[in-house]
Formats: sequence, structure tokens, C-alpha cells
Amino acid sequence: MFLINCPFCGVRDQSEFSSGGEAHIVRPKQPTELSDDEWAEYLFMRKNIKGIQFERWNHAHGCRKWFNVVRDTSNDKILSVYKMGEKPPVNYK
Amino acid sequence: MKNKYSVFSLIKNALSQHENWQQAWGNPEPKKDYDAIIVGGGGHGLATAYYLAKKHNLKNIAVLEKGWIGGGNTGRNTTIIRSNYLWDASAGLYDHALKLWENLSQELNYNVMFSQRGVMNLAHNLQDVRDLKRRTHANRLNGIDAVWLNTEEVKKFCPIINTSPNIRYPVLGGTLQRRAGTARHDAVAWGYARGASDMGVDIIQNCEVKGIKRTGDKVEGLETTKGFIKTNKIGVVAAGHSSVIANMAGLKLPLESKPLQALVSEPVKPIIDTVVMSNAVHAYVSQSDKGELVIGAGTDSYVSYTQRGSHNIVEETLKAILELYPIFSRMKMLRQWGGIVDICPDASPIISKTNIKGLYFNCGWGTGGFKATPGSGDLFAHTIANDEPHKLNAAFNLNRFVSGDLVDEHGAAAVAH
Repeated sequence: MFLINCPFCGVRDQSEFSSGGEAHIVRPKQPTELSDDEWAEYLFMRKNIKGIQFERWNHAHGCRKWFNVVRDTSNDKILSVYKMGEKPPVNYK
Repeated sequence: MKNKYSVFSLIKNALSQHENWQQAWGNPEPKKDYDAIIVGGGGHGLATAYYLAKKHNLKNIAVLEKGWIGGGNTGRNTTIIRSNYLWDASAGLYDHALKLWENLSQELNYNVMFSQRGVMNLAHNLQDVRDLKRRTHANRLNGIDAVWLNTEEVKKFCPIINTSPNIRYPVLGGTLQRRAGTARHDAVAWGYARGASDMGVDIIQNCEVKGIKRTGDKVEGLETTKGFIKTNKIGVVAAGHSSVIANMAGLKLPLESKPLQALVSEPVKPIIDTVVMSNAVHAYVSQSDKGELVIGAGTDSYVSYTQRGSHNIVEETLKAILELYPIFSRMKMLRQWGGIVDICPDASPIISKTNIKGLYFNCGWGTGGFKATPGSGDLFAHTIANDEPHKLNAAFNLNRFVSGDLVDEHGAAAVAH
């Protein structure tokens, strides 16, 4: 349970948002060329990091816009919020 | 057994004020090398070590636990045991476990308080009715007991349920598995630990794995907080932390770790003598032998390792409980907690080899691993000892995410996700 600073609406309760999971997984440009292994990697395999994770959130009960969040999954602290299409902050590894 | 528990040992120890009971399991320092190491001292990990020693004649085994045994999800679940899963592969897996449960107290000479009080799953809309009826038929074809109850029969079986047609999600019926029930979660971990320790398994607590050493595609040993330990067989049973361990070996798993919450009420006199689950409104409840209501809530939607969970999840569950059981409206909740569950995309577990020789994973049990504890240990031990899966866990391999041969139990298995 935590607060998320929506880049469009400001600080709101996490229950207003829905989690979109790991961020920066690039949709394959040529799906027909993909091997089964590559499909499995794209569809199912996740880093599932304990620590600093880059992830997508959607303000489902607000502006309904998607954006990115850097969050420490070991204590739920949000370190940074940035919009879709923006470069992820470089000071977190 | 070094120290068999019986009515005679109870009387004997009563005469000496219970001060001379032997320690149930040892507390050794790790040796330099082992034939096999199990990472994770929960129910599944200890059961794996137990069956490796008992059925596969491996004696030089260690179980490494970063905290204390049974202190993770084994001690945090709602202890529900059932096998009424839809698909054949799952039915085989979970009913294997249920059959082992039925004899587990005798097997371990340890009372795991297995109680076949029945598990009832409620239907609240027409689609639920169709799905649950379909599942009872599928269960019976697989030799698993299942019956459909109409609303009156549900009320008769569990009189405190509100079956009024005027509630938001009326009870339209339900399924009942009479062989299902509950067990004492700690006793399962302790019983397996005692049994394994008796056969020479080293149970090493407060020992966290920090790295996996490998040369090429073969494991060499483990870096731990108690130094390097050599082995060429590693069985990882680390539940919510499976991805963390996989990462040490350069592997990625199809898992997401999320908090799952449960709560218990103040203890009251016996009021509900079965387990009632409801997927649609997401509430399940049973009563412990101490008299507490044991209530299971849902998972959070995001990855987290915090063992807390969000308040709104608990609120939703308690709302549903109050509508179904108005009699509980003045109950006070005593404790609430979270456990970190590792969820697979198809809501089925992974009991599998990996492409690294000597590295095995038993994970992905998600929100319902406790019921499988004995079966999971037995089949994982088989997989590690023979370097090949048993036919009951062959479908639960890691490669199914590449081949597409998923065991899709989401929503199909009476699972309250």
C-alpha cells in the first residue's frame, strides 16, 4: 500500500492504479520471424526483481493514462516517475 | 525413529514434567560438500529432502534456510487442502498429494492434524454454476470425489451462510469435496524436518544463499552466508524468492512475486465446521482448532517482496465475508499478514529440470502451494534423484512456456486468485 505521483493528476492512492508489470519490454517488430524461445521470452519470462524495478502503471480510476515508475520492490518505495516515451532515469541500475 | 512419539512416550515424559523431550531435529554446521542441497526450508523443501533420503537413498543432503524452517509461506497460508482441479495433469498432481496427506501423520509419526472437513466452493452467477458443474464432472472422471449442491443443500451443509436471493451475489449452489480439508501448517514443516533429520539430512537454518557457482552448464556449489558448499545437485524451493535465486544462475523464470494476505479473528466457539471458498466475491473462511476464523484474501496486483499487502484487498474480502456470513459482523480480527507468492502465467506450478545440469526448480505454486506439500516433495525428489520428471509432474516442466503446452488453471480450478 503506497501513494503514486501520477504525472498527470498528482499524488493518489495506489488502489486507483493498475499495475502493468515490468517496463521496457519491447514488442517484437517482426512477430513472424520469432522463434518459440523468443516468444516465450517476450510473453512469459520476467526479471521479477527484488530491489529496484522499472515498471508500468495505469491510472485506471483517474486519467487512465499509462506511465513508468521506478520502485524498490523490497520496500515499495517509489524512486522516480516518468512518462511513456521518456528515457528511464540513469541513476538507478 | 530415534524417539518415537506414542502414548507411552507421552506418559513417560509427563512423569518428568516434559523436561526431557529429545530435540526434534538437529542443528548442524554445514559440511564442505553434499550429494544434494535443497534451497528453502519450508514444507515443500523439507518434504523434498525427506523423500530424497527415504525413497531415493540419498543420505548426504542439506536443506538451507535463510530464516527459520516453516517461517515463510508454510507458516503464512490458510492451510486449505483439496484436489478438485479441472485439468487431468493438475488432478493427478494434487490428488497424489491428497492421498499422501491421508496417511501423513502415521508416515511421519507426527500429528499434522489433517482434518477432512470438506471444502465447499460457492457459485454466485450462472457462469459459475456451469463452470463448477463442469469441474465436478471432470473431477469424477479423474476419480476425485466431487458433488454439486443446490442452494438448499449448501445451506444445510453450512447453516451460517446467507442464502437469501436478495444479496448482491446470491448463492446459486456450490461444489463439495468431502475428502478435502485442512492441516496444521507448522506441524507439516516440523514433522518433515524431524523425519529428514532422523535419516541424516542436515537442516541448516539462518543460512542464506548468496550465489550459485557453475562451470559451463553444470552447477558446482553454493555461496552462502556460512561459506561455500560444494554440491552437484541443487533443488531450489524458494517460493516468492525463486526468481532471486534463478537470477544468481543467470536464469529468468516466468514468475511474478506478489503479496498474498490472510487474517485471523479472535477465537470463538465452533461455528463453521468446513472450509467455504468463493471465487467470485473472493472470500474464503474456515475455523482453526483454536477457534479463530482463518480468512484468505487476494493478491496485490503488483510485484512486491514486502510481506504486507494493501489494505483495500483485505477490505474487499471482509466485505464479501460479511455479506455471506452476517453472523460475523461483530467479530474482531486479531492478526493480518502477507506472504510472497510466486505466480506463473498459467497458475500452475513448475517442478522441473533447467538447462543447467544439476539445477532444479520447484516453484510457481502461487496462491495454493500448501495443499501440495507432500506430493510436491515426493515428485521433486524423484526429479532430482533421477534427473527426469515423474509422470505426474512431467507436464509441469519449464519448457511448457516455450512449447505452449500450458496447464491453464486460471479460473478453472476453483482457485481463489
